[in-house]
This record gives sequence, C-alpha cells and structure tokens, in this order.
Amino acid sequence: MLTLAVLVPLAAALLLALAPLGAAAARWTATGSAVLSLLALVSVWAGGGEGFRAVTEVPWIPTLGIAWRVGVDGMSLALALMSALLFAASAAWPMQLEGARAYYAWMAFLTGVSIGLFVTLDLIVFYVFFDLSLVGMYFLIGRWGHGEAQHAALKFFVYTLAGSLLILIGIIVLALNMPELTFDMRAIIDSPPLAAAGALPGLVFLAFVIGFGIKTPVFPFHTWLPPAHVDAPGPASAILAGVLLKMGTYGLIRIPLQMMPETFARWALPLAILGVISILWGSIVAFAQENLKRRIAYTSVNHMGYTVLGIAVAGSALGSETARQLALTGAVVEMVAHGLITGALFLIAGAIWARAEDYHLPNFGGLAGTAPRLTGAATLAAFASLGLPGLAGFVAELHIFLGAFGVYPWLAAIGLLGILITAALFLRMLRQAFFGDLPYERRGFTDLTTAEAAILALLLALVVLIGIWPAWLLALIDAAAVIPAIGAGG
Amino acid sequence: MPVGDLAPELAVLLTAVAALLLAMALPQRRHGWCAALAAAGLAVAMGIAWSQAGAARLTFSGTFALDGATTWARLAIPGLTILCVGMSPRWFSTDRRHGEFYAMLLFSALGAMAMAGAADLMQLVMGILLSSVTGYVLAAYHRDWEISLEAGMKYFLVGALANALLVIGVVLVMGMAGSTDYATLAGAIPGDPLTVTGLALILMGLFFKLGAVPVHTWVPDVAEGAPVPAAAFLTVIPKLAGAVALYRLVALAPGIAALPILVALVSAATMTLGNLSALWQEDVRRLIGWSSVSQTGYALMAVAVAGAVPEALPALLAFMTVYGIANILAFAAVAQLRGLTDIEGYRGLIRSQPLAAIALALAFMSFVGIPPIAGFLGKFALFLATLEAGLAWLAVVAVANTVLSLFYYLRVIGPAVFAADTDPAARLGGTVLGSLWAALIVLLLTTVLWAAGWAALPAGLLP
Repeated sequence: MLTLAVLVPLAAALLLALAPLGAAAARWTATGSAVLSLLALVSVWAGGGEGFRAVTEVPWIPTLGIAWRVGVDGMSLALALMSALLFAASAAWPMQLEGARAYYAWMAFLTGVSIGLFVTLDLIVFYVFFDLSLVGMYFLIGRWGHGEAQHAALKFFVYTLAGSLLILIGIIVLALNMPELTFDMRAIIDSPPLAAAGALPGLVFLAFVIGFGIKTPVFPFHTWLPPAHVDAPGPASAILAGVLLKMGTYGLIRIPLQMMPETFARWALPLAILGVISILWGSIVAFAQENLKRRIAYTSVNHMGYTVLGIAVAGSALGSETARQLALTGAVVEMVAHGLITGALFLIAGAIWARAEDYHLPNFGGLAGTAPRLTGAATLAAFASLGLPGLAGFVAELHIFLGAFGVYPWLAAIGLLGILITAALFLRMLRQAFFGDLPYERRGFTDLTTAEAAILALLLALVVLIGIWPAWLLALIDAAAVIPAIGAGG
Repeated sequence: MPVGDLAPELAVLLTAVAALLLAMALPQRRHGWCAALAAAGLAVAMGIAWSQAGAARLTFSGTFALDGATTWARLAIPGLTILCVGMSPRWFSTDRRHGEFYAMLLFSALGAMAMAGAADLMQLVMGILLSSVTGYVLAAYHRDWEISLEAGMKYFLVGALANALLVIGVVLVMGMAGSTDYATLAGAIPGDPLTVTGLALILMGLFFKLGAVPVHTWVPDVAEGAPVPAAAFLTVIPKLAGAVALYRLVALAPGIAALPILVALVSAATMTLGNLSALWQEDVRRLIGWSSVSQTGYALMAVAVAGAVPEALPALLAFMTVYGIANILAFAAVAQLRGLTDIEGYRGLIRSQPLAAIALALAFMSFVGIPPIAGFLGKFALFLATLEAGLAWLAVVAVANTVLSLFYYLRVIGPAVFAADTDPAARLGGTVLGSLWAALIVLLLTTVLWAAGWAALPAGLLP
C-alpha cells in the first residue's frame, strides 16, 4: 500500500511527461495522483498498529544490504499524510503557466519522491529520495520562478547537495559499523552502532547535523532559503517550506537521534543552542524584512528552530522521560502544523503575486476592503503561525516548551522571546498588507476565487482542528514509541 | 600455444586488418561499410569474451591474465567502442578517407585490451604503446583543422614523455626485482628507493592513459579538438584499460606503502584540478574533457585502497563502466549537435532538440552522482570502499569536489532547460542517434541491473 502511495504519483509524472495533455487535464492528473496517494496513506492509518507497520521489502542489491523497504511509524505516517495533503492542495492551486504539463509533471514527481522519503525504511533509498527532491525543486524554481530564479535554484541545489553528500558519508559509516553491512533502518535502530565515545561517532554526528541542518535549515546554514523562496512560484514555495524542510528535521530524528542515541545525548546541548539561535535569528531577521515572502521564509527558520529545540531536548537523555516525550511530540506536531500553516501562507503569497506581481509590503495596504476572503485566510494563518491558543501552532509550541523547561530551562526561557517577536512581526505584516488605506494602484485587486478559497479553507480547517482537538494527532504520533530507543541507549 | 585464449583480441586484430583492406578497395562514398564491419568484428569479440568468461588462469607463458577483470575489459572495451563507431560515419561523411579511421580505432581498442590483460611488464608496455600511437592519429584525424592537429600534437608530446618514463620504470623494476613477470613479482618487489622510483615511473605511464595529474594536460585539448567520435573513444577506452592495469600493478606490491599514498594524493589532486578547471569553461567540449579528468580522480580512490578491502576492485570496475557509458552518451549528444562547442549555443536546447538535451542532462547528472542514475551507484561503491579502508579524508575531498562539479554541469543544463530563446542548433542524425539511444538505454538499465552486475564483478585478480 505504501509502495502504491509512492508509485502512483511517479507514474502520473511519467504520464504527464509523455502524454500530450492540456493544462487542465495535467492539473487534475497531478492533483488526482496526490489524492490517491493520500487515500492509500489514510487506509494504512485506518489499519492501525504499533511501531513500524505496513512493511514491505523487495531486494535491490542484496550483497550490499540495500533493498526497497517501506513501512511507517506514527511520526512518518503523520508527515506523509501532511505531505500528500499539501501536495494535493498545491497541485490543485490554480496557476497561469507556460509549459503547464511539465510543471505538473515535476509536481507529481516531487509528490512521489517526498512521500517516498517519509515511508522508506532503507537508508540508501532514503538518500535517493532526498537527492531527487532537490532535482525536482531545482527545475520547479528555475523554470517557473520569477526574478533571479535561475540563480536561486542553482544556490539551492549546490547548497543542499553539499548537505546530502555529508549525509551519504554518514550513512555509509553507520552501515559499515553494523555487524553485517545493511542499510535497513529497523536493524540499525534496534542495535545502534558507534555507541562508544570517541572522535568517529562525533564526526559522523557532525556530518548528519550539518547535512540535515542545511535542509532544515538551521542557523548558520539557512542562507539558501530566502532567495529560493522569494523567487519560487507560490505552490512550489508551499512545498519547499511545508514538505522539503521537514525532510531535514525528520532525518534528524530518524537517523542521529534513533540510530546514534549516545552520541546524540552527548551533543544535545549544542544542538539545542543552535535551535534557540535559529528561533531568535529567524524571528529578528524576519521582522526586518519588507518583502512579504522573505518575511514568511525567515519565519520558517524560526519555526524549524522550535522543532530542532524539541528534537535536541528529546535526545538529551536529561530530565524526566515525560519532558522528553513532550518535546518530541511537540517537534512532530510543529512539523505537521508548520507544513499546513506555512503552506497556506505561501499559497496566499502566491495569490498576491498573481494579482499584483509585487511582494514589497509598503506597496500594499487596505486589502481588507477589496479582498475580505484573502484577508480572513491570511489573518487566520498568521495567528496560527504566531502560536495563538486554539490553533495548531500553539499545541506544538506548548509541548516543545513544556519539555524544554524540564531539561534546559534557561534555553527555553530565551527561546520564548522568539514567540514574542514572531507575534509582533505577523501583526505588523497584517497591518501593512490588509489594513490602513488602499493605495491607488491596488484598486483593481480582486478577492480569492472559489477554488483558491476552498483549498485554503481545507488547510486552515485542519489547523483549527488540530488546535482545538489535538488528541487524534498526538495518538497517531505516539512519541513514546520513538523515545524508548533513546532511553535504552542513554 | 593456446591461441584460442586470445580469440577476442585476435578477432579485433583481424577485423582491423580487414577494415583497412576494405577501405583501400571501396570508393570513398562507401566507406561507411567499414563501420559496419568494425562494429560486427567488435560484437564477435564480445561474444567470444562472453563464452570465455569463466576462465581464471595465466596464459601465453604467464604474460596474459585471463581473469574476471580481463573479461570485464573484453566486454566493456569493444562494447563501448561500438558506440564510438556508430557516431563516426555521418561525422566523417565529408572526409575524403575515413575507412582507415575504423582500422585505427580497432587497433587502439586492441592495445587497450592488451593493456588490461597484461600480466607482464613487457606486455604492459606493448599494450600502452599500441594504444598510444594509434591514439595520436585518432586525435589528429581532422588533418586540415588546426585545433585537431594541435590536440594530436599535445597528446603525442605528453605521451612521448610519459611512455619514455614508463619504459625507464620498467627497466628499473626489472633490474632490481629480476623479473617482469607479475606472477614472480607478486609480493616479492623489494622496497628499496630505486625500485619504488621505477614503480612510480610506471604509474606515470598509466596516469597518462588515465588522464591523471600531472600528465592530464592532453585531455581537454583532445576533447575539444579531436573528431567527436575519437574524443569519445580517447576519453573512455584507454582509461578503462589503464584503470585495470594500474590496479593490477598496485595490487602487486602490497608491502610498499608509498604506492597507495601516491595514488591517493594523485586522486585528490586530479579531481580537484579537473573540477576547478571546468568551473568557468565556455567550451562545452573542453568542459566535458575537464570533467573526465575529475572523474579519473574519483576512480583512483578505488585504486588507492586496492587490496585493502574486498569492494575495491568491484567499485573501480563498476564506476569505470558507468563513467564510460555516461561519457560516451555526453559525446554522442555533442556529436548529434554537430560538435557544438559554445556554451551559449546550448541555451533553450530542451525545446529545439529535447533528445540531445535530455541525454546531456542525464550524462551530467550521472557524473555528479544524482540517484538513482547509475553514476550514483558507482560513486556510492567508491565511497563505501574508501570509507571501509579508513581513507575518510579522501572521501571528504571527493564530496567537496562533487558539490563543486554540480555548479559547472548546471551551467550547461540550467540554460538548456530554462532559457526561453531557442536557437535551432544543427543536427547530425543517422547512426549517431543509434549510439545515443543505445548509450541512454544502457545507462538507465544499469541502475536496474546493478545487483546482478555487482555480484558478477570479480573481487580479486590473477596472479
């Protein structure tokens, strides 16, 4: 079933690449494949189970211990579900495009690749999907972006390839240190190699942190992110922020945290500090941006900082087990929530670009009068992003900080400042764009179309649902199932 | 003498002679027949090599090793040469005499096969010289084009120096160790400075064939100036053979620690220099040439860990196979574009000539090692072998280089895909398309068939 969730979008991509479909048909093919994928994942979810479930294994290179292995636990299933939903929303998002068929082909390709990354249980297949996500995004940004799109795409590709190759080195060293060469995640999680102290585990850990840190992105490896976001088309930004960034934090949990828990515990404090720096740096720099998309992009650095802080706390082997579980739950909820919220925000930014071809905030104002639906959606998404109680962001940040106060109280206190700044910057953004006087050249600004409004409503309804009734998501994530692996080692 | 043991080599030799005679007899416009003959002869050689695949012995008084690596070379060298033959008829259609080109190509392939199987230093010299001398002619085959002549001349001058050093090295090793026979030399090479110098000089001769630092300077010139089919041949076939010969030699002297270190340093220098030089290249053929220098650097990683880990030899052979296919694919795309050199000419290629653009992009992505294209699996095997042997620094250098290389490959691919202006480039067509499609399909199939191929690759060598 999981294999199907990966192959259907990839097959759709192939179909789109070869068959001469029109723009509308292409859009529905890409959307349909993402929806089918989502349905397959939902059926796995409905099947229930503990630990890794829906496991399938097909040999690929047996002599090297590489195979097509798929299976999900609560964390990866939650992320895969969120990704499939966001891909369906982004593919369905109405766009005026030149070369629409190729655009939707890359979109479907990225859908398959991203879901594949979350559901695979083989490190080499994981790496394959990790790299392919770069290829897909490179072509999406470079071809359909605006402004300095080619330059931004190049920077994105080169920067993140550097990270992914470090990950590859780390993966190989991990596998070589197993009693028998294997890239099976379950085997490595069950008996983590490189447990001893020493330079080698530290270096491997460093390779993983830099590699995943670039993708996440964590300060100081975040500089590729703003140009990539600003110049990408709206839905591609939504995918980049909503799904691709999660690959970094997911990898951080799955590989260093679960596969080298002792080393992780030794280095948890520096990682937590890095997370807090990202929180503050992201929010302060975001505050200074006048470009709408740059501002949202930097809030991603801020939000991923919360996630990294949560992950570091979870792997610290300090404090109570409850605190660490809370932090990990928070980190995963933050990933899901950030995917939905920032996905919505970037789609809104795309809607604004489609109408005004401008992101410069001082050129806007008073849109509330001409575009009430857009204003409503943007306000709700902004409030969710700044962590208003009753919305998804709050649930995530509450868990992370509850956990962090139990382990690193000082860091948590400093990190709280980030929430304050984020609140300020989002309120200022809302005021600049939507309230005040309507500039003359924005008279013709139209409101969201029904299709756009429906897509945003779907995403934001989930944000509200997670905010007021998070129990189902928390039960799905089941952080306790991830934590014992750490407890056993630490 | 067991003549049958050399049947694949003899098949290539006889075909070469036949092609030469046929070229003399045929009128100029029918010289394409020589191409068909050459391809058929090479296919026969592959067939015979396949039937002898199980052999594991030394033959001809111990001068020729029939083992897994030789079998690999006997399949890869003629196979990839066929693709070069396929590019030639249209390319040379305006040339007054190109029938002889195929004879030269076959003699050169024969030299490469002899080099790969050599189990005796004298035999190695013979192979290298045959492969080199014919190579000079191939590089300068455009007799009235200065750049081609310059490429041939540079190739010849660097080659003359490297081959002279090689022969001196062989003399030194023979004098100090008392034999040229690998079976006698294995593990018995003395570690005194004179012998080590001799070995290093022999390595220099092989580095020349591989296009490694410091005797790499011919590669970009040949890639730019030689006729495109010859450029494809010369940047691939001698390298395949040179890699096997180099591995055999380094594996002979496991006690001499200086050799692997030398190879590792050359590896790091070669990949770095090749990539840095390719970075701002405005001529796509030179760019491919420099990229092939850097690929040699990666391949040497496996030689640097020769014998230390069981994955070293399979990694080398696997990587070289994929490199060869991808490089020929890249040159086939260039040939299809009638040798288009200027990087500006590639703008918007995806719209005017999608096939060539996709082929070039796939070849380049394979060089970078973007999965699941086979180049990734080749590089993965190299990393695995290097890390297992503990040469982590070399793997890190290779990672840095890979990132660097992505930049210049994207300088070609990016505008080819993103640019809107379409400058309809000329196209060659004909059998070039056959070579292009064949290389493309084989490259894609390699990923799928990797497991079987990897299991079939030899872990050790004779003697």
